[in-house]
Amino acid sequence: MIPPRFDYARPASLDEALQLLASREGEAKVLAGGFSLLPLMKYRLAQPGLLVDIGRVAGLDAIEEVDGELRIGARATHGAIAGHPLVAARYPLIREAAGGIGDPQIRNWGTIGGSCAHADPASDWPAVIQALRGSFVCRSLGRERVVAARGFFLDVFTTGIEPTEVLTQVRVPRPGPRSGGAYVKLERRTGDFATVGVAAQVQLGADGRIAEVGLGLTAVADAPFAAGDAEDALRGALPTAEKFREAGLAAARQARPTEDRHGPVDYKLTMVRVMTERALRLATERAQANG
Amino acid sequence: MTDVQVRTTTTLEVGGMGHSVKRKEDPRFIRGKGEYIDDLNLPGQLWMDIVRSPYAHAKILGIDASEALKIPGVLAVVTGADLEKAGLHWMPTLAGDKQMVLPTHTVMYQAQEVAAVVATDRYIAADGVAAVLVDYEPLPVIVDPKKALEPGAQVLRPDRGPEKANNHIWHWESGDRAAADAALAKADVRVAEDIYIPRIHVASIETCGCIADWDAVNGHLTLHMTSQAPHAIRTVLALVSGLPEHKIRVKTHDIGGGFGGKVPVYPGYVLAVVASLTTGKPVKWIEDRSENLQADSFARDYHIHAELGATKEGRITSLKVKTIADHGYTDAAADPSKFPAGLFNVITGSYDFPDAFVEVDGVYTNKPPGGVAYRCSFRVTEAVHAIERMVDILAHEIGKDPAQLRMENFIQPEQFPYKTPTGWEYDSGNYPVALRKAMDMIGYEDLRREQAEKRARGELMGIGISSFTEIVGAGPSHTFDILGIKMFDSCEIRVHPTGKVMARIGVQTQGQGHETTFAQIIAEELGFPVADIAIEYGDTDTAPYGLGTYASRSTPVAGAATAIAARKIRDKARLLAAHLLEANPDDLEWGSGAFSVKGSPDKKKTIQEIAFAAYTNHPQGMEAGLEAVDYYDPPNLTFPFGSYICVVDIDRGTGQVKVRRFVAVDDCGNIINPMIVDGQIHGGLTMGFAPALYEEIAYDELGNNLNGTFMDYLLPTAVETPAWETGKTITPSPHHPIGAKGVGESATVGAPPAIANAVVDALWHLGVRNIDIPMTPQKVWRILNEKGVAL
Repeated sequence: MIPPRFDYARPASLDEALQLLASREGEAKVLAGGFSLLPLMKYRLAQPGLLVDIGRVAGLDAIEEVDGELRIGARATHGAIAGHPLVAARYPLIREAAGGIGDPQIRNWGTIGGSCAHADPASDWPAVIQALRGSFVCRSLGRERVVAARGFFLDVFTTGIEPTEVLTQVRVPRPGPRSGGAYVKLERRTGDFATVGVAAQVQLGADGRIAEVGLGLTAVADAPFAAGDAEDALRGALPTAEKFREAGLAAARQARPTEDRHGPVDYKLTMVRVMTERALRLATERAQANG
Repeated sequence: MTDVQVRTTTTLEVGGMGHSVKRKEDPRFIRGKGEYIDDLNLPGQLWMDIVRSPYAHAKILGIDASEALKIPGVLAVVTGADLEKAGLHWMPTLAGDKQMVLPTHTVMYQAQEVAAVVATDRYIAADGVAAVLVDYEPLPVIVDPKKALEPGAQVLRPDRGPEKANNHIWHWESGDRAAADAALAKADVRVAEDIYIPRIHVASIETCGCIADWDAVNGHLTLHMTSQAPHAIRTVLALVSGLPEHKIRVKTHDIGGGFGGKVPVYPGYVLAVVASLTTGKPVKWIEDRSENLQADSFARDYHIHAELGATKEGRITSLKVKTIADHGYTDAAADPSKFPAGLFNVITGSYDFPDAFVEVDGVYTNKPPGGVAYRCSFRVTEAVHAIERMVDILAHEIGKDPAQLRMENFIQPEQFPYKTPTGWEYDSGNYPVALRKAMDMIGYEDLRREQAEKRARGELMGIGISSFTEIVGAGPSHTFDILGIKMFDSCEIRVHPTGKVMARIGVQTQGQGHETTFAQIIAEELGFPVADIAIEYGDTDTAPYGLGTYASRSTPVAGAATAIAARKIRDKARLLAAHLLEANPDDLEWGSGAFSVKGSPDKKKTIQEIAFAAYTNHPQGMEAGLEAVDYYDPPNLTFPFGSYICVVDIDRGTGQVKVRRFVAVDDCGNIINPMIVDGQIHGGLTMGFAPALYEEIAYDELGNNLNGTFMDYLLPTAVETPAWETGKTITPSPHHPIGAKGVGESATVGAPPAIANAVVDALWHLGVRNIDIPMTPQKVWRILNEKGVAL
């Protein structure tokens, strides 16, 4: 578990970081918390020629509400997010997901931007941000673009981010009254990558029906995805156990898990259904309590 | 409920037997001042890293080290061909088999050592490993030991010669086959089951490693290492290398977990020695996590078929067991020589029945060698799991409460010493009291009522019992040896003039707290305060010869040696006191750390005064000094026991098993330090809980290890580990000098079947008879789904 030789730079500004990425395009990787990238390097599965450590770049770890959305700096750690008062007050889904990632050491080092840019299919954030219909801010030299989370995750370790870009911010719309979210994951033991994770964000209407819903699935496809068919089945419906089961079955039909040590495909598909039901039930209860 | 009182005869300040003296070793661990092997660096030290095979079975067509040797700082690449020139390419295992140091032609398991790279720096060594090109020709792989035994199976070990042209290593049996067959034939009820105990790994947090330091000028080799058995390592090294044994010093440091995995001699140690001999410099080798999980000795991997016979009322009459033991490509177990399947024939357990027969066949496969006794006292975990599962199956089969069935079959207290049908003589025990106590602690009858109510509602709750008998303290010299070396152990005590004590022991602490408990034994026997007693171990130049710490043998064997050595000192102290008090030695009595004249308690000499006199005022004709040494040959093993009860709830949606409560009542005889015993039980329970629900090393059909990192080799965390509820009974060993029995492995041995029994108990009404551990969510869900109860 010794990485091969690599160069290392710790720029003081974002522009300097972007210049480094541009100058060694294709062989440079951004280093944030390092909790995903460094293990891959130690196993020599990733061999970047240059690590651009953004740990000294100012202004990348703010958590604030602006223009009706929560903006989380890419370098905010899972722990900082889980403990932030804004998140605690209004974003139960984010709080639950952040507080359940890995173990305290991982939560104190790992970052939301690093996790999303790395795009491990079993990491928790991508499903959560998609369930919340969030977006990512990507910066390159002289250009900034905002990309919807849905559609951003393309494949294993592959996103819509360009090699010369840095993911700088995660944006999530502020949920209103009668909304609730939940992140439930089936893990073999605490801190494990999920066997299946389901992020649910439910918006109830005044009539008690589901006005809008977001469902994101972790670890059951090459890229975490939003379970659109399940969302369609739920929209406008009363939040009943039968409806949740129908949604769970729809989510399972969209899932494409592979067999691994977590279990065979049929087990995982069933767990998509079971965990989707549980996430929807919990999110709905929270929405109902959030009068 | 109130627990039994542990008896003490000394003050807390003296800290003899029965006091929860705080561990003397903890201040250095708590403050980060422990010194583990990787903390040590020697001047001029080089680093070694190992090229390992990606294949489980392959011919080596060639090894090209030229690119590696071009890397600045890479000094040497050692291959099997190099070792062969010196006759060092094979080495003996502790089980009397042989193992490759490096292969010359064929690799036998994935991650086997293929070449060693020596470099000036750890990172350069790793780059060197990556640059060594090995040309492999993959060969067919045998993963399943049953397939290895099939006629016509390829012979994995042709080196054994034409007369052993198969994969069968050895056959071992115990008990009376004909009597067991006859009793089974007559039994009203027969229950049979296949039970697999999976391959698991000790997964000590400190991996293996060493620094070999060859001093060419003096012809002396020092091997700094992390080992549970330094003297045995020294002897094996002398035999393998040809270096004279007095010129080899093995020195251990603090050990970050051993659990049986640090008993064997691994190829890496020999390679580091070769590298140091070659370069004349100290060479350090430290395994990484995946090397440790993939290549070091595994544990378990027993395919057990057991059949139990009983009367229709549930009185057990007979047991027959046939087992296949998968040892990987070589038998690298560290069992006593006459016991290739360890003490597995303790499988008759806590029950009184006349007829039993046990047979085990060792088999080669393309997997890493083993199997070590992972905190299991030589295959006792396997035995206890089998008998405790079978007893539960019998109880369910005849519709009797498992607790009641156990009570009716227990060996009764008055039957001790009890001779088992496989030849052991249990020293002491009181099984009904331990089980009743566990039942009271957990509220057994209430739980059964709750279970019935929940079952009526479709909820799955189970209660499991394990009433185990351990067998520890190997062992008596007439029966026990490893590579011919008898399994005595030793202690040497020196009392300094000012009344301070240094004691050296032949066993090796790896977290058990020997620096504390062995001092407590001496404090008990001689009255010196624990604070005045230093315990030394782990340096073969100074410690008396001993076989090391494993199989819970430290207290039963070396603990006895310590008590006896202390008593030898007390005998001499009596003569010294008689001299000082001008009294007849027979007129003196011992108490509270002093000899006094009978009837005149004010005429006395403390042990400290006597110690001073031993160097300043000893009588004419007596040797000066106050020292003693004892090599203790135990007359029998000791038999700790206990009863555990576990309650589980099963999630019908996911198949997850949650251990709601776990009560453990243990009896390890007289207790030296209750706090340390509690710690041992807590750790042991966690290490029993882990394989019951999480841990397993699995292989695919190509022999690829599927659990080579901690991402997939699942050690439970504190979050899911149950809050253990412990209790104790005390039944001293009648033959041990201080009545102690050993406790390091009881809980690891006893816990898994309690959990397995609870899970099966929750599902028996659905037609489930057995679930092999680990009972993972996917495995349990599969059963729930088949039985139509999955949500």
